Amino acid sequence: MTRTTQIAQEVTIAVGGTPILLRCPDEEFWSIIEQRYSGFVSEVGWPACVFDVEVTQPERSISSVRELLVQNDGDGWRLERGDFRVAWNARTGEGRILQTATPYAIDTALRIVHTIVQATRGGFLLHGASAIRNGRAFLFSGVSGAGKTTISRLAPEEAILLTDEISYITRSGDDYRAWGTPFAGELARPGENAAARIERLYFLAKGPENTIEPIPAGDALRLLLRNILFFADDPELVKMVFRSANGFLEKVPAYRLTFYPDGRVWDLIQ
Amino acid sequence: MPETYIARSTAIAARMLGGEMMIMSALDSTFFTLNEVATLIWQAADGHTPLSEIVERRVCGEFEIEPEVARRDAEEFVSRLSEHGILLVSDRPIKESNSGSAETR
Repeated sequence: MTRTTQIAQEVTIAVGGTPILLRCPDEEFWSIIEQRYSGFVSEVGWPACVFDVEVTQPERSISSVRELLVQNDGDGWRLERGDFRVAWNARTGEGRILQTATPYAIDTALRIVHTIVQATRGGFLLHGASAIRNGRAFLFSGVSGAGKTTISRLAPEEAILLTDEISYITRSGDDYRAWGTPFAGELARPGENAAARIERLYFLAKGPENTIEPIPAGDALRLLLRNILFFADDPELVKMVFRSANGFLEKVPAYRLTFYPDGRVWDLIQ
Repeated sequence: MPETYIARSTAIAARMLGGEMMIMSALDSTFFTLNEVATLIWQAADGHTPLSEIVERRVCGEFEIEPEVARRDAEEFVSRLSEHGILLVSDRPIKESNSGSAETR
């Protein structure tokens, strides 16, 4: 991130090809942004969303909501947790964020906004690692402990690691693409800002040897829905996510990848 | 004994996949996979055909199941799905405005 963005007190962060402009007068906020999102700063002139960010000083609880709250009323969205409060109009794309000076607040708020944006476009965010190899993207999904970080660590040098935690999937016509995200897991480093057409989806399991088996369509849908990030209790959005998952599985084959945790598993992934 | 009428809720998304009906509640995101018999009942849930007729004509007509067993299984299935708001249940025919336009592919 250049000093120019700090002087201008605004920056556009583009994850998944979706630019979001953040405006904030607080220097502390920019140091958070610089640490986590420097690889995703965009020069795009027309952002999909614009947020005015206010950072509370000193840190205090902003909302009495202990768990995450995601509510919508027509076009208006309200996102709240103890460390942030967001009011956002999904139609105009404009919103306000009030947050404490922690990286987790803006990170969570952005993840939620992206899930809502993608739900209307046939894409989604997935609990899963992803990487590009030989120009094609591979997704590795699974619950905590399934091996997302392990398989990311084992990736060969020429593989482009998009994320070890949250994969970003977009739809463009009949094509599905995986994008790098700054949303890191145990690996604690952001993914590469790159994208490629998705070749395969793997559901991970650790085992004594490396095997790849096809998954029946119904099981694949169930597993996929279980791992799609979704925060809102909104019936229409639930239907959209269901449609998105079905559309995705019509185009991208799903397999179960059981792997022994050493580098040989990547011999099967290319 | 009063008749039971069943209708598909509009607050669901459903899809036939690999010979199974996948249903997701849009209200609580619960997910169900229906077997062949349950799928047949689901598809016949038009709000105006009594459940007893669905079981007798459709289920017993197409599968080798004892009528009593089929009735008991159907009632259990209907009860379970209605708990999640996926099926609407009434002792009178259910109007189309309450059902029928569920998102099913």
